Amino acid sequence: MTDTTTPIGDERLKQETFFAKLMKRPELGAIAGVILVVAFFLATADSAMFTLSGIMNFMTPAAQLGILAIGAALLMIGGEFDLSIGSMVAFAGLFFGVCVVTWQLPLILAIPMTFVFAACVGAVNGSIVIRTGLPSFIVTLAFLFILRGLSLVGLKLATNGSTQLRGVRDAVEGDWLAPIFSGDAFEGLFAALAQAGLIDTFKSGTPKVPGIPVEILWFVAIALLATYVLLRTPAGNWIFATGGDSNAATNSGVPVNKVKISLFMLTACCAALVAIITVMDAGSTDARRGFQKEFEAIIAAVIGGCLLTGGYGSAIGAFFGAIIFGMVVIGLTYTGFDQDWFQVFLGGMLLIAVLFNNAIRKRVTGER
Amino acid sequence: MTQDTTFHHGDAPNAAPIIQMTDIEKHFGNIIALAGVSFDVVPGECHCLLGDNGAGKSTFIKTMSGVHKPTKGTITFEGQEMNFNSPRDAMEAGIATVFQDLAMIPLMSVTRNFFMGREPTKGSGILKRFDAERANEITMEEMRKMGINLRGPDQAVGTLSGGERQTVAIARAVYFGAKVLILDEPTSALGVRQTSNVLATIDRVRKQGVGVVFISHNVRHALAVGDRFTVLNRGKTLGTAKRGEITPEALQDLMAGGQEMAQLEGSLGGTI
Repeated sequence: MTDTTTPIGDERLKQETFFAKLMKRPELGAIAGVILVVAFFLATADSAMFTLSGIMNFMTPAAQLGILAIGAALLMIGGEFDLSIGSMVAFAGLFFGVCVVTWQLPLILAIPMTFVFAACVGAVNGSIVIRTGLPSFIVTLAFLFILRGLSLVGLKLATNGSTQLRGVRDAVEGDWLAPIFSGDAFEGLFAALAQAGLIDTFKSGTPKVPGIPVEILWFVAIALLATYVLLRTPAGNWIFATGGDSNAATNSGVPVNKVKISLFMLTACCAALVAIITVMDAGSTDARRGFQKEFEAIIAAVIGGCLLTGGYGSAIGAFFGAIIFGMVVIGLTYTGFDQDWFQVFLGGMLLIAVLFNNAIRKRVTGER
Repeated sequence: MTQDTTFHHGDAPNAAPIIQMTDIEKHFGNIIALAGVSFDVVPGECHCLLGDNGAGKSTFIKTMSGVHKPTKGTITFEGQEMNFNSPRDAMEAGIATVFQDLAMIPLMSVTRNFFMGREPTKGSGILKRFDAERANEITMEEMRKMGINLRGPDQAVGTLSGGERQTVAIARAVYFGAKVLILDEPTSALGVRQTSNVLATIDRVRKQGVGVVFISHNVRHALAVGDRFTVLNRGKTLGTAKRGEITPEALQDLMAGGQEMAQLEGSLGGTI
């Protein structure tokens, strides 16, 4: 007996190479994708794409999508979908617009109210999924239409018949919270860099890129925070466990229902953040805001290595997935290709990503 | 099947039982699933509960682990009468059950599975975080004690064999303070080599003073590691025998309820 209690290394085990270890990371596909896409555009696109202003150009839509994609990725790891996030952007945008324009509330009230409102809608979504046991796919598909419809009806009520609510910019003008949710950050730094001749300037001496658009900072911050939560907190372990096998998780004492409802609330809040940023940026809100964003967010999450079955994926992957998305959408305008190739590219990318993820999953679980 | 195994068999049954279940009855509507089952476990023994399919094994262990409340009968835990309202209660008292599905998630690492729902943390307030280093260390150490050399703490459970997964589940229960460990047919889906690994694990756990309840319908597996044997048939206990007091054939007959088995055995030529 005693000789087997201290076993030595298994002789059938080959030393794992660094490459093999790398192959097991969920975000590998997305990083490889970024490299491929960058290489593609370096070869075909105008060199302006990879200047500072070009990068800001494609990072801005990537960031707006990425905030949604990270929320969607966490929810997918937790084993559920939310198809209503695109409509949620419009609905939260409407609520925010009404708060600011119709009710004339300062941002310090309007922004938290918008988040609470979105979280409530997310909680309703989640509770229905948990209580009925229906697939979240169906429940949130229903909310995709319900919320989009409510946004249209609500906008007409708020504006006496129009589907666009204007005047947000005037209403938030001068509000001390506005710079955190709109415009560019580090303008002073960029001006100084321009003066030192380190970045491109217009003839007048003002820098071509006045600063980093705030959504990019939000995007990076949320990606880091989500990664930290997933990998370094008990809550992260609960999310993986919930998505991996909710029955096993329950038996081990993981509060599965709480985890799922919190994730639905989180994705709704991500949608609300995107709504606030884009509404303040555009100065108005309309019913088409966030149209089809739910699919793009899920695609970015899948490109980022999330399995459709849950329990596997990463926030960093979704981060890179969104960047790929932004690069392709904007990048095609720098090339001679017809811009409508974008959708073909997107579908192809999704298909490759799913196949790749499936292979990775088999590798990780040792299936053959 | 008369050869003795290399496992240690102590005189543990003389100690006071950790859990004692007396005349347990469980009715589901008009169905009597258990009709008077008495069972006890002392520290450091492996008490095998044998029975054929439908004998009431599952109902009984679910009663013991707090899933069902008995209709009649008493459960005494460490000398005190207990009433478990949920599996959580039983778990907190120190009764851990490893069900056949093992509550393991294949895509997650061994460490993450090991600490699922009970993650060690460091820091406080907003900085409270999963102590991955400590969790990894503990997992590697506990698995080494059980005779499993992991490639690394981040190895996915899906890459482990059935026997190894069973061992992880057992190690987890023991690490989290199980005094009574209920194993629901841990060897039923395993090959020969893996079965002997699991039986070795049971032996190790027993030596640590944990009372093991080993549910099986395989007499060979039970005899290989058990100290006492209780046979359940048609919802009743047919008695408890100590190791060495009973032959495999007698056990088998008890499980099957007598007659037909003797005839079958004749045609098959020995213990099944």
